[in-house]
Amino acid sequence: MTAVAWIAGVMLVAAVLLAVLRALRPGSLADRAVALDLAVVVALNGLALRAATTGDDAAVDLLLVFGLVGFITVVTVARFIERRGN
Amino acid sequence: MDTVLDVLSCALLLTGATLTLVAAWGLHRLSDVYSRIHAATKPVTLGMLCSVTAAVLQADDAADVTKLLLALVLLFTTAPVAASMLSRAAHANRVPMGPDATLDELGDHLGD
Repeated sequence: MTAVAWIAGVMLVAAVLLAVLRALRPGSLADRAVALDLAVVVALNGLALRAATTGDDAAVDLLLVFGLVGFITVVTVARFIERRGN
Repeated sequence: MDTVLDVLSCALLLTGATLTLVAAWGLHRLSDVYSRIHAATKPVTLGMLCSVTAAVLQADDAADVTKLLLALVLLFTTAPVAASMLSRAAHANRVPMGPDATLDELGDHLGD
């Protein structure tokens, strides 16, 4: 279980780095929002990983809250982009 | 019984992490915003399904199981909405499609 947690953890960190790199690359505002949205979901995945491997109760609560906050953020940014342009 | 559950959750966790990594790689490989939104939404949601199922298998009380399932339902309802809003915003701002795109059915019909 510990080895699996490490392997999956390293993969998730690599995924976050790729997403942030994508957000830093030149592109439209929507592009960057998509990349950061992905980064949030990867963090949710990491919280699920922690809840599964350590039995941490706080990770479960954080999963719920962070999921909601992430969704509201993306919708807000999308509406902002739609009104203000790139 | 415990060993079976452990092996199953290990497999699910690895699948979830792999799908997430593939999605992040897709952000760099795919050619335009719309296909990138596709990459950033679908495999990741499936990956979350795998990871949260692993957490449910390992959870030790009913409250945690309820919260995890609630989080899963939340994610499955909000991810398509967020992706749709983002692609709508990109289209409204005339972010160009990739070289392989042949048809823009929405065209100028984006009304409020």
